[in-house]
Amino acid sequence: MSVKVVLPTAFQKHTNGAKELESKAENLPQLITDIENNFPALKAHLRDGDGKVRRFINFYVNEEDIRFLGNEKYAFKDGDEVLVIPSIAGGCF
Amino acid sequence: MASFYELRCRECGKRFPSAPLSSCDECFSSLEVIYDMAAARQTFTREHIARGPQSMWRYQALLPVPEDYVPVTPSGMTPLLAAPRLAKRIGATNLYVKNDAVCLPTLSFKDRVVSVALAAAKNFGFDTVGCSSTGNLANAVAAHATRVGLKTYILVPADLEPAKILNTRVYGANLVPIDGNYDQVNRLSSQLAERYHWGFVNVNLRPYYAEGSKTVGYEIAEQLGWRLPDNVVVPMAGGALITKIRKAFDELIELGLVEKKQVRFFGAQATGCSPIAHAVKNGLAYHEPQRPNTIARSLAIGNPADGPYAIRTINESGGYAEDVSDVEIVSAIQELAETEGVFTETAGGVTTAVTARLYAHGRIAPNELTVMAITGNGLKTTDVLQGKYEPLQAIRPRLADFEALVAAGQEKAEHEREEVYVR
Repeated sequence: MSVKVVLPTAFQKHTNGAKELESKAENLPQLITDIENNFPALKAHLRDGDGKVRRFINFYVNEEDIRFLGNEKYAFKDGDEVLVIPSIAGGCF
Repeated sequence: MASFYELRCRECGKRFPSAPLSSCDECFSSLEVIYDMAAARQTFTREHIARGPQSMWRYQALLPVPEDYVPVTPSGMTPLLAAPRLAKRIGATNLYVKNDAVCLPTLSFKDRVVSVALAAAKNFGFDTVGCSSTGNLANAVAAHATRVGLKTYILVPADLEPAKILNTRVYGANLVPIDGNYDQVNRLSSQLAERYHWGFVNVNLRPYYAEGSKTVGYEIAEQLGWRLPDNVVVPMAGGALITKIRKAFDELIELGLVEKKQVRFFGAQATGCSPIAHAVKNGLAYHEPQRPNTIARSLAIGNPADGPYAIRTINESGGYAEDVSDVEIVSAIQELAETEGVFTETAGGVTTAVTARLYAHGRIAPNELTVMAITGNGLKTTDVLQGKYEPLQAIRPRLADFEALVAAGQEKAEHEREEVYVR
C-alpha cells in the first residue's frame, strides 16, 4: 500500500526541489515522520518550538480536509493522494 | 506618496522584500505588510489625508502600492451613518453604521481590498489575476480587472446566489463554478497559484489585498472626527477584516492621529458557520474547521485563514463573538432597512442581529459609541427575502380605492404598534 504526497512549492527549498513523495504511511502521524525522514532539512520548519506540527499546515486527502475524515485517526487507503498546503488562502467574502 | 513597505511573517517575523508570496518559507505561516512608520509620520498626517481624494486612496501613504501609483477607481469613503432608529429598537443610544453596502463600484467592502490587490498585481507584472470567492470578491475582481486591463479566472462554489454570478459575468470575467464548498474552492486556488504565473488575489497577493481592509478603520476614525469608537461589530468570514480594522486603529494611535483608546472588537458569524465565534465562546486559541450550512454564504468559510488572528484580536480587546440563526439574519436585514434605510445582504443581517444581541445581553452598554460594519448590498441576496412579503393586490385607478387602501393600512399599523420586540 502506498499513498502519493504532493508537497507545496514553499517546501521545496527544504526538499532539494522534490515535489512529490510515495509513502507507505498508514496514517497522518506516520506520514509526517516519513516526510521528515525523507527530507531532514524540512523537520525544523514543519514543527514549532514544542515539536508540534505547525497549525498553518493543512493536509487534504483526495480533495478533502483530513480533519473532516478523522484527522490522525484516518487510515490511508492504497492510492490516496495527500495534498499538503501551507497557510490556506486568505479570507474573503 | 506611499511609505516604504515590505513583508513580514506573522508568526516567526522573517522579513521579505515586497513580492507576490503566499507564505513564509521558514514556518509556512501567512505574511503581512509592514511600513516604515518613521517615514509615515511625514506623509500620513491629518492634513495630507484631508487634501487627498474622497476615496480610500486618501490613505495611500499606508497602503502597499508604488510611490507613483495613480488610483484607477475611487472605492471607499462610504458613509458613516448615525443609526438612532435602529438604536432605539435594540436598546442603544450611540450607534453608527459604516455603510459599505454602497462601496463603489460593486457594492461591497471587497472593492477596497481588490483595489489594492490589483494595484500590486500590475506592479508585479501579472497579466492575469484570479481568486476564490463566495461572491462579493468575485464581483469586485471582475469589475476592477476590467478597469485596469487584467484577465481573470474567478473560482466560486457552483451554488452561489444567481445575482452574484451574474454580477461577475457581466464584466466579461472567466467565471469557473466549482462543484464544492468555499473551502474546497479555496484549496484549489492555492494549487492553481502554484501552477500558473498569475496573481491570485487571496493567495500570493493576499498580504496586499488584506491591507485594503484597513481603510474601513481609517475612515471610521476620520468620520468620527479623528477619534476611535468604544466598540466595533464586524462580520467574520476569513477573519481578516476584524484584524485589519484593529491594525488601522493601532497605526492611527502610533502616528498620533487619534488618542489612544482600547477599542473592543466584536465578531459576528452565522450559527451555521461559526468557527471563530465557537472558539471565542469556548476559550479556544484556535478554531476548529466546520462544514458551512447557512444562508449567509458570503460568510460561509468553515476554515478561516485568519481565524486565530481574529480570535486573538477579539480576546485581547476585551470583546466577544456571537452567532445568529438564519431566521434572525433575515429579520435583521428587514429591520436595518426599515429603520435606517440601509438594505444589506445576509452578512449585514448577521452583523445587525449580532449587534442587537450584544446589547440585549449587556455586552455593550447603551451609551457606548458603537460602529457596526455593514459590508455588502442587499440587492445581491434578494433570494433570501423570497416569500417574506405578501403579494400586493392592485387597485383600480380610482380615488375611492386608494382611500380604502390607506384606511386599511392605518388600521393594520395600529395593531402592529402594540407588538413588542423581544430578542
